Amino acid sequence: MQHVAIADQTEELHDPHSFITKYVWSQDHKVIAIQYGGTAIFVGLVALVLSGLMRLQLGFPESFDFIDPSAYLQFVTMHGMIMVIYLLTALLLGGFGNYLIPLMIGARDMVFPYLNMLSFWFYLLSVIILLSSFFVPGGPTGAGWTLYPPQAILEGTPGYDWGIILMLASLAVFIIAFTMGGLNYVTTVLQARTHGMTLMRMPLTIWGIFTATVLGLLAFPALLVSAIMMMLDKLIGTSFFMPALVSLGENLDYTGGSPVLFQHLFWFFGHPEVYIVALPAFGMVSDVLATHARKNIFGYRMMVWAIVAIGGLSFIVWAHHMYVSGMHPAFGFFFATTTLIIAVPTAIKVYNWVLTLWQGNIHLTVPMLFAIGFIFTFTHGGLTGLFLGNVVIDLPLSDTYFVVAHFHMVMGVSPIMVLFAAIYHWYPLMTGRMFNVTLGKLHFWFTFLGTYAIYLPMHYIGILGVPRRYFAMGTTDFIPESAQTLNASITVSALIVGMSQLFFLANVFWSIRNGEKTGHNPWGATSLEWQTPDVPPKHGNWGKELPRVYRWAYDYSVPGAKEDFIPQNHPVTKEEQTGGEHEEKA
Amino acid sequence: MSIFKTLREKPWDAQVAAAGNAVAVAPIDPQGAARIALRFIMAIVSVLFLLFIITFLSRSQYPDFQSLAGQPWQPFTDPTRLWINTGILAIASLAMQFGLASARSAHLNRAIVGISSAVFFSILFLLAQLDLWQHLYALGFYVNTNPANSYFYVLTALHGLHMMGGLIVLANVVFRVWYDGSPESLSGPLQLCTTYWHFLLGVWLVLFALLTSRPETINALAAMCGF
Repeated sequence: MQHVAIADQTEELHDPHSFITKYVWSQDHKVIAIQYGGTAIFVGLVALVLSGLMRLQLGFPESFDFIDPSAYLQFVTMHGMIMVIYLLTALLLGGFGNYLIPLMIGARDMVFPYLNMLSFWFYLLSVIILLSSFFVPGGPTGAGWTLYPPQAILEGTPGYDWGIILMLASLAVFIIAFTMGGLNYVTTVLQARTHGMTLMRMPLTIWGIFTATVLGLLAFPALLVSAIMMMLDKLIGTSFFMPALVSLGENLDYTGGSPVLFQHLFWFFGHPEVYIVALPAFGMVSDVLATHARKNIFGYRMMVWAIVAIGGLSFIVWAHHMYVSGMHPAFGFFFATTTLIIAVPTAIKVYNWVLTLWQGNIHLTVPMLFAIGFIFTFTHGGLTGLFLGNVVIDLPLSDTYFVVAHFHMVMGVSPIMVLFAAIYHWYPLMTGRMFNVTLGKLHFWFTFLGTYAIYLPMHYIGILGVPRRYFAMGTTDFIPESAQTLNASITVSALIVGMSQLFFLANVFWSIRNGEKTGHNPWGATSLEWQTPDVPPKHGNWGKELPRVYRWAYDYSVPGAKEDFIPQNHPVTKEEQTGGEHEEKA
Repeated sequence: MSIFKTLREKPWDAQVAAAGNAVAVAPIDPQGAARIALRFIMAIVSVLFLLFIITFLSRSQYPDFQSLAGQPWQPFTDPTRLWINTGILAIASLAMQFGLASARSAHLNRAIVGISSAVFFSILFLLAQLDLWQHLYALGFYVNTNPANSYFYVLTALHGLHMMGGLIVLANVVFRVWYDGSPESLSGPLQLCTTYWHFLLGVWLVLFALLTSRPETINALAAMCGF
């Protein structure tokens, strides 16, 4: 008998019975998605608290005894690493990738469910290793999220002993987890699509997740390589990255390695990582915008091409993070050029989102608010990226708060806006109930306006020249005292935005039991995940028969159709075909 | 290229959509998923080794780097030991191929002989590599005395770990066939394992060439990469 993958099985699957197989050691992609999502949000909250502590120090220096310079650097490092890797990557790909891929392409599950389960447990292990560094002697590493050697592993940097080792180990385990999950996502998209689901009929969400996963599979090895080599430098005294140096008056045994080599490796991973986070967000926001504007996505093909083009280009721009490392001017020119080129497909996407809204039947639902908010934050973050992509502008702005404000807008706030849009959008599918709309709107306005209250002034103090990563500014000649007032205001805003996430948490938990029951497809969406026989979808997703797909995912407001949406599993009618002919003749 | 044709489709066109309805659905290929996953795994592993090799070339341009071949006192100037290990790995690869051919022609006993010898020679390869480590250690080429030594140990260790991973998967395949009692289903998964073994042989040949290169060769390669 040949082995048939669960994703391809044509008959109904039987539910696992015991609590343990259903919710703990589960191989169901939906349960794994929620396990991934829950863990990621939990660890993200830890990082949010850390950012609050950082802001307290920056806004009100010398007011908090428990924040010393070491602790501050540790907060910075752990906040950055957790947010980028353990929250955003894990929630977008492990969470939404897992939940949506099989449902949106019409499969019963991932192609390798067991591997999928292992992926989550390795991820959990990586999170535990990471968080355990808070409790070891010396605390977590304070090397900055980029972990640059030589300082990351030398005495004088907080957590140079246990902290950095645990960080590198945790990253290695995370990469193994991601690779197991990623293999599943790409293989499922390529192999387990249902009848009629051609590649160009896939919703953009799947295109984004698919391309991001390919990026991740090819970029994370660079981080693994650098983690292995740095670990060996730390533990057995090799000199891959460590130069010959004198530390605290003592000649060290290192023989002359290259710290810049680490920077190249790190950013060869680090820049694709930006798009590993951004591409799924691009995809999901496209679907949310089209659904809530009741209009087909503008330029679907161009959107797909842009996703693929951005994915490809993201591998040849990495050194724009390293202009100040002393590179050859020709390299700087090359990387500035590629960086500016990548703005072209990105701008195409932004135009297409705006044009999707144009003359749409816009419903200002909570997910739609977050999606529109994303267009704002992403455009602002993207535009400052054009500044920083140019060598001459980057040099004076490098390592100032301008950079911090830029990357928070573009890859912090923007993906988070999409994540909220996505959570609110798919919440009725995941739980069968509607969230509380008032709380959702409060959450949106606090987050959206608060974001600007935090990051607009931060650009300004960056231009003034306030350096990032400093524990306290002290007095300088070139920074006016009023910068401190702005810093205090940013801190107050940040604390309010942080607290307002309680609206979200309260809403999510309260609505699971008390939300209004929604039934099928409350948004009137066309894509397959809303067409399951049960809401929330049961194990195996599709009941007795897999769905057949007859059309693309964006048939909204089709002229002559009974409703303003036609699901993907509805056959094309004769009228539509003749209507199409008329249009072509015209 | 079909991918470009695919990317040019116009899914919103009702005519195209209607034509798409009539397209027959390809039968499900149970090996297809595993084959795609294997291709991705090989791509990822290639990237991993490629990155190590590039850092090797970059690091080789620093003055403290002393390659392991070229001078009479350096261990790989005479690469006989490495040739022996390479031979062992090549025999393992051939044995896998023999096992696969036998499984395809339904000669179960010969297939078992092929797989068992592949496992034997693979483990022998790992032991031979360990012995090589000890040999280098005895000569005083420690992990941290020179970056070239560090790269030798790291690259061989990683290659060995990938071999062990392959052995675990192969054991899983064999046991599953054993318990299912359906030897005819052996050839599919065995095909993938065989491809992986050939791939690891290929990776090893590249590493072998790199680690036994004379400084001039390494410098030329590094110059080509712009270091």
